[in-house]
Amino acid sequence: MNKQYEIVIIGTGPAGMAASEVASKAGARILVLDEQERPGGQIYRGIETSPSVPGRDLDQSMANGRSLIKQFQGLNVDYIPDATVWLVSDKREIGYSREGVSHLMQADQVIIATGAQERPVPVPGWTRPGVMTVGAAQILLKDDGMAMKNAVFAGTGPLLYAAAHQYVNAGIPVKAVLDLTPWKNYLRALPFLPKALPRFSKIVEGWLMKQQISRSRAQYIKGVSEIEIVGEHTATGIRYRCRDRWDQIDAQHILLHSGVIPNINISRAAGCETVWDKSQLCWRVSTDRWCRTSVPGIFVAGDGADIGGAISAEQYGRLAALEAARHLGHISTVQRDIRSRSPRSTLNKELSVRLFLETLFKPPARFRLPRDKQTIVCRCEEITAGEIEKIVDLGCKGPNQVKSYSRCGMGPCQGRFCGPTVSELIAGQLKKPVNTVGYYRLRPPLKPLLLNELITLQNGTDLEKRIK
Amino acid sequence: MAQKLLPSPDVIVIGGGLLGCSAALHLALRSAQVIVLEKDHMGRHASGVNAGGVRRLGRLLPQIPMSVESHKIWLQIKDLVNDDCGFRPSSQIRVAETEEELTQLKERAFQVQALGFTHEEIIGRKELFEYLPALARHCVGGMIVRNDGYANPFRTVQAFRRKVTSLGVRIFEGAPVTDIHRSGSTWTVDTSKGSFSAPSVVNCAGGWGADIAAMLGEQPLPFKAEALMLTITQRMPRFITPVVGAQGRTLSFKQFENGTVMIGGGAKGTAYPETNATRLDFRQLAVNVNSAATLFPIMKKTRIIRCWAGIEGMLQDKLPVLGVATVPGAWHAFGFSSSGFQLGPISGRILADLIIDGNTDLSISNFSINRFNTS
Repeated sequence: MNKQYEIVIIGTGPAGMAASEVASKAGARILVLDEQERPGGQIYRGIETSPSVPGRDLDQSMANGRSLIKQFQGLNVDYIPDATVWLVSDKREIGYSREGVSHLMQADQVIIATGAQERPVPVPGWTRPGVMTVGAAQILLKDDGMAMKNAVFAGTGPLLYAAAHQYVNAGIPVKAVLDLTPWKNYLRALPFLPKALPRFSKIVEGWLMKQQISRSRAQYIKGVSEIEIVGEHTATGIRYRCRDRWDQIDAQHILLHSGVIPNINISRAAGCETVWDKSQLCWRVSTDRWCRTSVPGIFVAGDGADIGGAISAEQYGRLAALEAARHLGHISTVQRDIRSRSPRSTLNKELSVRLFLETLFKPPARFRLPRDKQTIVCRCEEITAGEIEKIVDLGCKGPNQVKSYSRCGMGPCQGRFCGPTVSELIAGQLKKPVNTVGYYRLRPPLKPLLLNELITLQNGTDLEKRIK
Repeated sequence: MAQKLLPSPDVIVIGGGLLGCSAALHLALRSAQVIVLEKDHMGRHASGVNAGGVRRLGRLLPQIPMSVESHKIWLQIKDLVNDDCGFRPSSQIRVAETEEELTQLKERAFQVQALGFTHEEIIGRKELFEYLPALARHCVGGMIVRNDGYANPFRTVQAFRRKVTSLGVRIFEGAPVTDIHRSGSTWTVDTSKGSFSAPSVVNCAGGWGADIAAMLGEQPLPFKAEALMLTITQRMPRFITPVVGAQGRTLSFKQFENGTVMIGGGAKGTAYPETNATRLDFRQLAVNVNSAATLFPIMKKTRIIRCWAGIEGMLQDKLPVLGVATVPGAWHAFGFSSSGFQLGPISGRILADLIIDGNTDLSISNFSINRFNTS
């Protein structure tokens, strides 16, 4: 077995970096694994290295990110970037590979800080070349300063405005922004506004972004109720419905977004209990106030458990690390509680705005569940909504049965892009709560792994034998 | 526990895998009233997640007659269940990497022929490479069954389930058996969904077969729930048609029509039947995929998409328990680990024969539950 670590932290976004700092300062022996070559996660992706993006540099949260990264880099911890974690088991076994070599280890405590993913937007044509998610476009922009000129942004949620605003500010031509936020959501969100006052600045920030987008040369179309991608092989445009009128915009690049949801793949595979959140319309991991999951010794901190944004994730990371350090005996319960006061108060302030945002940007059923039976749900295996319906009719009454029957969700993405849709589709058809329909059983490797990489574990066995 | 107010069945089948479905099917075809009790959902365990091999090659000798009969059913599976179950005819080859291994195979083929069966043949190096152009050059020959095949396991169970339902079999899913007791000539099976009574009970509980046997009053058995691991890769250009095993290695290797490659053959993880969980042993999997990459170097740079294991029941001598129980009015068909999928269709027919006629035309004495009795 490899060197024994007390805490393994997976991910170096805000939650992972903050957890690393707290845990190492408490005196725990920790290992930090991350898929990227530099710390920062998705939100602070490449903020030190990428070509400067006007507008982004002014963003205050980026200053916060820089200081977090600087602090993290100053820590005396074992940090392995470029590591693909392909196993986290309920026995806290961790498998990862780096540079073609696999490693297996067991940790006393594991903090999963792997963040969120974008919610799939299964509208007609969403799988065509030329269509990507706003998040993917952001990665290109943050890593390489690469932009999709004359793109159409379509969807709902804070990231949509932030990304479009970033484009506009950077002088990248944007063809149009189609806002799919239903009018009714504004009314529904209104009652939550008073509660959101502690973070009212966030709402103002979003409103200002929208103003700037509408003042730019981009067409800003509100109240769009339906969209579909046009084009035979690649996307050539987008058709949309606004107040009972269909229109079309020609574009080579369509960027879709309908909010972020916890990426539950690692935690599900580790056996952590997940529940369907009726308000956020997604699966999330059941965690307590210290980010403990149902599996002893496994924590999920940040957006991977519950969407709260970067500042919240940071606080969750601290809370998880404090409890892990307490469990290991590095700090007392009293020390944990005292040190948790500040992160908890920041967290409460941050979360005050969540109900408002969640309600405002709740994606309506027509963007979550394909209306057209021909629409592909599982992109890896190209299974359509109609096929899933037929398979359920044949008597397959859950995602795992549909998967075994049709390979739906069996591709390289391990169901990340179809799982939430499939659960909801089956529940709708059977008229059962999503929670009782359940989710895919996830199988390792969590990320595709070369045969050669796995084979190196066999050599590991030989090595151990020789040492003995 | 509340009694169900439903017509009383003739037979209660415990276990909704392929064996249980097949038993229910053959019983229903002969007009018996059958109910099936399944603790999870139909085909949830080994029946739904196995490698799908429809293989006569390399069977343990006592299994050969059954396996040959079952193959005949597989060839016409659509006539039986109105679905082809994804069955694809294909040859199965066991590769010899050394002359010594080839000699072992020749001896084996001779033994099988002496029993009067001709499906296993020896092929030399030249023919081997005609069948398997991508095979590593050091291999010297092999044993082949030219018209075996494979099928889609979960689809197969679903097809059987639909067929038995259409014949009036009642299925209770999510109904784990908690107790079994007998009064007079009636068995009563308690489940979380109520109690069911019938004069006959069939134990098709797979990895949980020994638990059900104990509830029926059988002696403890040298039985273990196993977790046989399987690996599947990304899609690759088509490079192999036959299903391949190896004489000197634990390996089963096949490429599906969609291009994905499945690697299995018996590498074991750990089964936790009480929670339905399995734990994979990645060092064992590494050995397993290394076998595949050694025989097929093209695999080295291929991506693994998924590894898993199903829970199967295995007796000490690797043969199933199939036949009449030592207690009256009960029959067993479990412990088919690594051989049950192909034997499913025939096993149901054997059970129906035993339950209705009291005998069967195939020899099953080697599978008796009494074989472990030392007294």
